[in-house]
Amino acid sequence: MAGVKLEEVRKVYAGNVEAVKGVSFEVPDGHFCVLVGPSGCGKSTLLRMIAGLETTTSGVISIGGEVVNHVEPSERDIAMVFQNYALYPHMNVYNNLAYGLRNRRTPKPEIDQRVREAARILEIEPLLARKPRELSGGQRQRVAMGRAIVRKPKAFLFDEPLSNLDAKLRVSMRVEIKKLQRSLGTTSIYVTHDQLEAMTLADMLVVMNVGRVEQIGPPLEIYERPATTFVAAFIGAPPMNLLRMKAQEAAALIDGAAIGIPEDGAIVGVRPEDLSLSTDGSQPAGGITLGLIVNAVERVGPETFVYGSVERGDDIIVRVPGQDAPGAGERVVAVARREKLHRFSTDGSRRLGD
Amino acid sequence: MVERKSIGNLMPHVILWIGIAIVAFPVYLAFIGSTHDAATIANGQMPPTPGPHFLENYYRTIFVGTSATTREPVGTMIVNSFVMAIGIAVGKIAISIISAYAIVYFRFPFRMWFFWIVFITLMLPVEVRIYPTYKVAADLSLLDTYAGLVLPLIASATATLLFRQFFMTVPDELVEASRMDGAGPIRFFWDTLLPLSRTNMAALFVIMFIYGWTQYLWPLLITTRDDMQTIIIGIKKMIVTSDALTEWQLVMCTVMLAMLPPVFVVITMQRLFVRGLIETEK
Repeated sequence: MAGVKLEEVRKVYAGNVEAVKGVSFEVPDGHFCVLVGPSGCGKSTLLRMIAGLETTTSGVISIGGEVVNHVEPSERDIAMVFQNYALYPHMNVYNNLAYGLRNRRTPKPEIDQRVREAARILEIEPLLARKPRELSGGQRQRVAMGRAIVRKPKAFLFDEPLSNLDAKLRVSMRVEIKKLQRSLGTTSIYVTHDQLEAMTLADMLVVMNVGRVEQIGPPLEIYERPATTFVAAFIGAPPMNLLRMKAQEAAALIDGAAIGIPEDGAIVGVRPEDLSLSTDGSQPAGGITLGLIVNAVERVGPETFVYGSVERGDDIIVRVPGQDAPGAGERVVAVARREKLHRFSTDGSRRLGD
Repeated sequence: MVERKSIGNLMPHVILWIGIAIVAFPVYLAFIGSTHDAATIANGQMPPTPGPHFLENYYRTIFVGTSATTREPVGTMIVNSFVMAIGIAVGKIAISIISAYAIVYFRFPFRMWFFWIVFITLMLPVEVRIYPTYKVAADLSLLDTYAGLVLPLIASATATLLFRQFFMTVPDELVEASRMDGAGPIRFFWDTLLPLSRTNMAALFVIMFIYGWTQYLWPLLITTRDDMQTIIIGIKKMIVTSDALTEWQLVMCTVMLAMLPPVFVVITMQRLFVRGLIETEK
């Protein structure tokens, strides 16, 4: 058991492509850290650097207090679950699980006992004699996790492990990964581009964009108080509505002058779920009022997404519970309370106020 | 429509049967020839049915040999041919799989340069480099030895390329998973890459065994002693054009015996062979 610590970690590929531009964070022992970001943000590279599969250009990576920059992957005492599982196709499930232990010269009875225990935890005992190609996607996924847990490593690394599964299986495996990590209490770092996976799995969320960390924190805190417009748009689905406005425009839309929009303007954000459609045009005290023309309506059952645009042209999404919503072409008024408004500097790099 | 369809089904069969007849008839004739005595064949009126001398002829061929020309029993030649063909097939596979492993999985200076050098040797089969190769073999005193029969033919650009193509389809994650599991380069090669290459190796073995078995030019040059000659050379030497009488019944026995091992190899390894060429098991 150990924490993982990164200090100013950078990765420059040949040809001066900087994939990771100075990342620092610390995953405390036993925590589940999720690295999330769009593709190409450097999250997978970072994970592979922690694993030792990529060299570190500069910075310090330590696992359990020990600097591992120049330590071989197998000596780092970590286990990794790959996106395509990377099971050994010619070995049966038992040998897939046992292979790493055998290479470490673990005594045979112990290998057997550990493999069977892992198989029991993951409920793959009946599959031990099968070859990977005789397994379904979900079963392969379990075997890949089994290969990680038999080793009893200091940390688990997950590289988008659920992205090859179908949507339904993904949700159930997500829950299982979380439960498994809880019960084993092993430090985990999990890479994904799926913000829903990120929100549900993480104790600690690291949002990355173009090789930099945008924000680190517990998922709900990041959801409640995104530090940049990138985070605001990336975390939460559908994304937060962002409106660029000058002070006097803000004064017109937002009731109560104390909102504190700087003279040169700001970006005001409001989540679709914080907006509600007002039938009588009334405005909550200190809130924002947006007159919308409805462009499209998506009814997904428990909720309905109303896509509209304000007069200035910005597109706005409103999430309405239930199925009761206006039709396309109608004029409606969307309102939100003042404490639900987020304000960012005009370049989107900084959160203002509070 | 129905008629045309049945003709359509018939035509391929007819064509295939004609093809089989063209290929099989000479083989049949050789078999018939191997069962008659010398006089029956020599008078030019060989019957189209097997004769009574089957056991006698084959016994003489395998254990005694012809009375005049080669003097060696064909049994020895078969052993020689087997050593050569298996040596070449196994050697080619061993060398080319190692070179392909180096070229695909290691980053070393002049990697691509080496790759192209290997590639270029495709243009230099034994026939082209026959004199220098003979000179080298002679200087190393490899004449009339099994090593001399096998070694100069062992390098194979084709097999190296084939393994290279196969290795490039093996997912990188498998290498990485092996590294995480504590398997070094040699372990990865033995535990993962070799088992995965099984079908490819079988396919190559079939091709290379037949290549080795049917070698003519090189064994002709490198062997001078009768007890070192291969069965293919033996056939040639049995057929005399001068005053002596060719013992055709023994030649035909030898021909039949020479055909059997390749047929046997193809039949036993056919399933692996096809799998190795058409599918990649990953």
